[in-house]
Order: sequence, then structure tokens, then C-alpha cells
Amino acid sequence: MTEPIIKIEDLSIYYGEKRAINQVSMDFCNNEVTAIIGPSGCGKSTLLRSINRMNDFVVGLRNEGKVLYRDKNIYAEDIDESEIRRNIGMVFQKPNPFPKSIYDNITWGPKINGYKEDWEKLVEESLKRAALWDEVKDRLHSSALELSGGQQQRLCIARAIAMRPEVILMDEPCSALDPKATFKIEDLIHELKESYSILIVTHNMQQAARVSDRTAFFYLGDLIEYGPTKQIFELPKKDQTQDYIQGKFG
Amino acid sequence: MNRRLMDRSFYWFCKSMTWMALGILLILIFHICRQGCEYLDWQFLSSLPSRSPEKAGIKTALAGTVWIICFTALFAIPFGIATALYLEEYAPKRHPFVRLLQINIANLAGMPSIIYGLLGLTIFVRSLGFERSILAGSLTLALLILPVIVIASQEAIKAVPDSIRFAAYAMGARRYQVVLGQVLPSAIPGIMTGIILSISRAIGETAPLIIVGAMSYIAYTPESIFDMFTVLPVQIYNWAGRPKEEFHAIAAAGIMVLLLLLLSLNFIAVTIRSRYQRYK
Amino acid sequence: MQNKTKFFDRSFHYALLVFVLTTLAVTLSVVVVLLNESSGFFAHVNLLDFLFGTKWTPLLEPKSFGILPLICGTFMIVIGAIAFALPVGLAIAIYLSEFASYNSRKRIKPILEVLAGIPTIVYGFFALTFITPLLKNIFPEIQIFNALSGALVVGIMILPMVASLCDDGFRALPPSLREGAYGLGAKPYEVIRHILLPASTSRIAATLILAISRAIGETMAVTLAAGATPNLSFNFLDSIQTMTAYIVQVSLGDTPANSIEYQSSYAVGLVLFIMTFFMNVIGNLVLAKKPLEAM
Repeated sequence: MTEPIIKIEDLSIYYGEKRAINQVSMDFCNNEVTAIIGPSGCGKSTLLRSINRMNDFVVGLRNEGKVLYRDKNIYAEDIDESEIRRNIGMVFQKPNPFPKSIYDNITWGPKINGYKEDWEKLVEESLKRAALWDEVKDRLHSSALELSGGQQQRLCIARAIAMRPEVILMDEPCSALDPKATFKIEDLIHELKESYSILIVTHNMQQAARVSDRTAFFYLGDLIEYGPTKQIFELPKKDQTQDYIQGKFG
Repeated sequence: MNRRLMDRSFYWFCKSMTWMALGILLILIFHICRQGCEYLDWQFLSSLPSRSPEKAGIKTALAGTVWIICFTALFAIPFGIATALYLEEYAPKRHPFVRLLQINIANLAGMPSIIYGLLGLTIFVRSLGFERSILAGSLTLALLILPVIVIASQEAIKAVPDSIRFAAYAMGARRYQVVLGQVLPSAIPGIMTGIILSISRAIGETAPLIIVGAMSYIAYTPESIFDMFTVLPVQIYNWAGRPKEEFHAIAAAGIMVLLLLLLSLNFIAVTIRSRYQRYK
Repeated sequence: MQNKTKFFDRSFHYALLVFVLTTLAVTLSVVVVLLNESSGFFAHVNLLDFLFGTKWTPLLEPKSFGILPLICGTFMIVIGAIAFALPVGLAIAIYLSEFASYNSRKRIKPILEVLAGIPTIVYGFFALTFITPLLKNIFPEIQIFNALSGALVVGIMILPMVASLCDDGFRALPPSLREGAYGLGAKPYEVIRHILLPASTSRIAATLILAISRAIGETMAVTLAAGATPNLSFNFLDSIQTMTAYIVQVSLGDTPANSIEYQSSYAVGLVLFIMTFFMNVIGNLVLAKKPLEAM
């Protein structure tokens, strides 16, 4: 296990009175893919969104505990949440490209954050890394909304990469896509872990088994089991994990 | 009565009432065109008002309407969009003060236009000393259409899906960058539609401008914002109120010009709306 | 860079807030202006005489400022307009939301919008030159300026608003409500009569209130069609004067500022404002609620 880049310490998250995440502690390692699995409503997306402070937008949500990014608590008073989100990128459940051109989708984030770049090069690089370049290189200035769902999602990944983040959070990135597009994205995740730490939430166990190095199983807000993917799927230590993986509930 | 018969007759009642409303619109337009068409010509558009119906025209009134509308839009649009952005993107929705603001805007939209006239007369014409000028008239109309623009812009901003906002925030954007860089550009077609419709309301407004002193007779076209003015609906009112039949006919010709203006604006608004209904 | 954008973010927020506050300032200045300008009037005219006096002769000697004739004229317009617009508007709303196909709905709605967008001065002209002559065939004794014609034309004006607010109300009801009733074998008429109308009573009431408020504030159509004769007659065939028409009349005549006639228009404006203000508050509060919450 390499040096952890994100450490979660004793994190509890409440929606009003209801507790969505229950005293979770876990580390995420650099240059690995970590999958978070569990039945719907187990709090896995809530946990993911607490790592780049996207939960700030949920009214009535409250945190206890710490999330450390490079040993700094991202919920500390003096932290600028914009800076956190620049370094921890996110890909959402449904592809959500901006209603602008493909080119502008890539450059918008770096531009508003004051990056000075060779923009042509940045666009080309990001699209190449997201395995989209060949499909769109002739129409960079047409609207991103004309792309297919799978292409849109890869554009969203390219957009996240263009920010040069260290971590990329993926919230069920394939749930709105067909199997072929899903396969492409999974392939891409494999490539990307060379350079980024990736956290992926998925309800699809086969996907977790295919793409991740480590897997965490959540149930009703509790972290039940966390370990190397191979071990979780082949020799789970807890009965609940075993039952879920065998499809007895979920 | 038997159930089926009751049901059928109710259906036909509702349907015929709908057709009646559309019929009224047709009759209204037909009636006005029949009265006005013989006076509607180039001479009518390019002449000054006159005591004799044959020589009278709407040149000054048209010029006044254009002046008034340009400045009304100039004053009202920034305020309207800024207010809508604040209410939709910044204000905490359930805060009592925000609800007060919201109800206040709905009330302003329903306030009788003549009260805006009294307000404009006291504040712009007298207290600020703008006299009976285009400036005073367009400021008054700007206040009148402000709530309409706010409400329409709010609707347009609401139609922008949250996923766009979240995507922008997740890239480290600040709120103003999200609002100005993503939300506003996406909402612009809807906002434009609202603005055009509110402008067409301003074009037809008569009462507030009579109160702030639009003249019924003006012999020259305005040349600056401090000049006196008249507008098309006030001119029409002036002619319609006279007993002589010929004046009714030129009033009808004036109405034809007014309606043509409004219908074309309406058409533009509907076109924009149907072309850019991206998220619906 | 980061600090610069952070500072800009703050400033933008406060700049917008300033714009928002102007909307409150408009309402406040309306109240201040009306109170301030009519205070001079009430220094000369006793408030009770104003509110309960039955003679309104501000331009003739002996001057008398009893607002009841103007209120009476206004309410004749309101009653006539609502009697026309409410049933017809409801029927249109029911047709649009329950019977019309998607396509005919798509065609009818913009036409209603056009009807709503026609300026009030045009309706006034229509009433004067079309409706009144038409009515003269039915009631030969009708005056050239009369309340009936004004009321009808105001009814036509508020019709699109009534129809569209009621239509929104019906469409906001959950489909399960209809499906439940149709599932029991009810016919459309029965579903509308026993399910949809009761479920939207409060919205229809709010629409009614807002429509009344619109009719009260309506100016040019009644100025042109209903006349300038303040009288307490209740006869729809007579000429009357509404509060709004009086304000127009004062401003057209060359009354010197600070004369009592001039000030009286603010006093009438104040009454007009108070009436419409409370109606609008109530109506908008009810409409702001979700459909079934309001039951």
C-alpha cells in the first residue's frame, strides 16, 4: 500500500436527524482505484461527495469528524473549497456537459481558475487521455450536447482531467450508459490510474471487481469491510459482505 | 339527466367557450382593420398630428414610442436580471425575508398601472425635476415592467438543470463564475422571451404615461431624453375619445400599427422560445 | 488569483443584493408617496366624509368628496367582468387541461397569450365602437358611455389570465387523482365536478381574487367605454366613473399641483392601492402553495 492521499477519520454525516454515514474511518491510496459498493441508500454517494465538499449544497446536511487531503482537514475553517475541488475532480452519474462546444467544455474550468495554458494542446491532451480525441477532433467547436451519452461521459472525464487533479471521484459513472460505452469507460479507468487516484461508487459489483484495486462495502451508513478487491470478492471476512456479493440482498 | 348526456353537453360547453374566446379575438381584429384600413398609408405614418383627420399622422407618436421603449428596456433589464439571479442563485429559499421579497414582486406585478403613474409623477416628474420628459416616462415604465422581467427571468433560470451548476462547482468555480459563466448563458433565451413580452406590455401602456404627462399634441419628434413626448397609445386614446367618426377611423389605423408591432414582437418571442427549449 | 476571485465573488453577491432591494424600495415609495400627497387632501376633507360620502363632485361647486360613487362604479365593472370571465375562463381551463389534445392545446395557448397581450386602450376602443353599438340593438335606452360595455370588455381582458391560472391549477394536480376516479368508471364530467374542482377550490378562489384586483385597477378601457359620470346608480346601462378613470380625468385637466383636485387623485389612488394590495397578497400567498397543501 502506497502513501494514502485521502484519510477519512471518524466521519459521520447527518441529514437532519437521520444519520447517513456512521463513524467511518478509511484511507485512500495514491494511484489506485478504490471502489465503493453497497445497496442503494447505503450512503456511498454521500460519502463520495463529502470528499470534494459537494455536500455543501445539500440543505440540512451536517458533518462530524475529518476528511484529510494531503494531511489537511478539508472542513477546517481556513480551507477554500474551490481549491479542494480543483484538486479533487468529479464525474457525475449522468453525463452533464456544459451546453457549450466541446472545446469550451475542456477549457472553461482551467480558464476560470486562472491557468495559463496552450489551450489547443490542453484540449488535445485531455481528449486523448479520455480516449475521445479520434472521435471528435474534427468537430471541436460543435456543441457537446450533440455527442452520444457515452461520448458525453468521456468528455466529462476529459474535462476533469484538464484541471490536472490528483484525485478523481466517480459517482456511478456508467449507470446511464449502455454496455458498450460502459466497457470503454472501464478501460479508460484502467489507463487513468497511472496518473490519478480514482474513487468510484458503483452499484455494479462486476464493475467493481473488474476495475478496482481495493473495494469498500457499505451497508446502511456503516463501513462493513474494506480491503483488496480480490480478497473482498473471493474471501470476504464478514457474512453481510458475502451475502451481498452472492446477491442475497441489494 | 342521464350521465352520458350530461358528460357530452359539458364537453361541448367547454369547447364552445374556448372557441368563443378565439372568435372574440378574430372579431376584434377584423373590426379594427375594417375601420382603419382606409387611413393606413405612408402619409399616415409620416405626418404630424393634425386637427383634420385626413392630414393627421403618427410620426411623433411612433418616434416617442421608440424613444420610450429603448430607455425603458435600458433601465429595467439590468435590474430585472440581477434581481432574478439573486433570488434564484443566492438567496436562501425558505428565509422569511426572501419570501417577503418574492411576494412583494408578485404584488408589484399586479399593482394597477395607474399607481405607477402617480409614483412617477411625484418622484420623477416633480421631486427629481425631470419634468414631462422621455426620461421620466421611461423610468416610470421601467418600474412597471421590472417585476414582469424578474418573474420571467426566474422561470428561465429555474429551467437550467442543477447538474450544470454542480459540474461547474466541481471544477472549483466560484459562485459568480457558475452564475455568469454557465447559468446565465443557458437561461438567456428564456430571459429574452420574457423581456420581449414585457416590452410589448410597455408599448401598449397608456394610463401611467398620461399621468406623467405624455402630450396629446406634439409638433416635433423628440431629439433628446429631456424632450417632451407622446406615444402611440396616448395618441390613439386622444382620437378615440373624440365624437367624430373620422377620428375613430384614424384611431383604428393607429391601433393597426400598434397591434402589428406587438404581434411581431410576440412572434419573435414565441420563435425564440420554441427554438431554444433545450431542457424541456 | 484565488483571493481575487474570492473577493469578486463577495462583491458580486452584495451588488446583486442592492438591485434586489430596489424592488422593496418601489413598494415603500408607493406607500410614502400616496400617504404623503393625500395628507394634504385629508387636511381639507374629513376622512369619514371621504369614505362614506355619496356625492363626488370635485370639479363643480359645491365641491364634495364622497368616494362611494367611484367605488360603486368600480365594483359594477368588477361584478360584470367577473360574471363573464369566471365561468368562461373556467370552461376554457377545463377544456385545455382535460379535453384538448396536445396539439390543439399547443395551438390555443399562444392565441390566448395574444388576447392577453392586447393593450387595454385597444379594448376600450373595441368596447366603444363595437360592443356598445351591439348592445344598443338589445337595449335601445343604453347610453353611449355605459357600465355594461366597460364591464364586458374588462371581462374579455381578464379572461386569458383566469383561464391560464386555473389551467395551471388543474395541471398541477397529481395524475393519480384522476386515474383513481376514472378507474372507478367515472365520466370526465363527474371527475371534474367531484374531484378536480373541489381539489382546486383554493386556487380558483385565489384566481378570483387576483382577477378582481386586475379589474379594479383596469384603467383605459373603462375610461373610454364607461364614461366620466360618478353616480351611485347601479344601472348597468348608465354612464359611471371608476376610481382609475377619475385619476386619468384629473391628470388630463390642467389642475394646478397642490390644488385639492390634484391631491384628491392621490387619495383615490391610495384607496385603489390598499384594495388591490391586500387582494394581491392573499391571492399570491395561496398560489405560492403547492396544489394539495392548500386544501
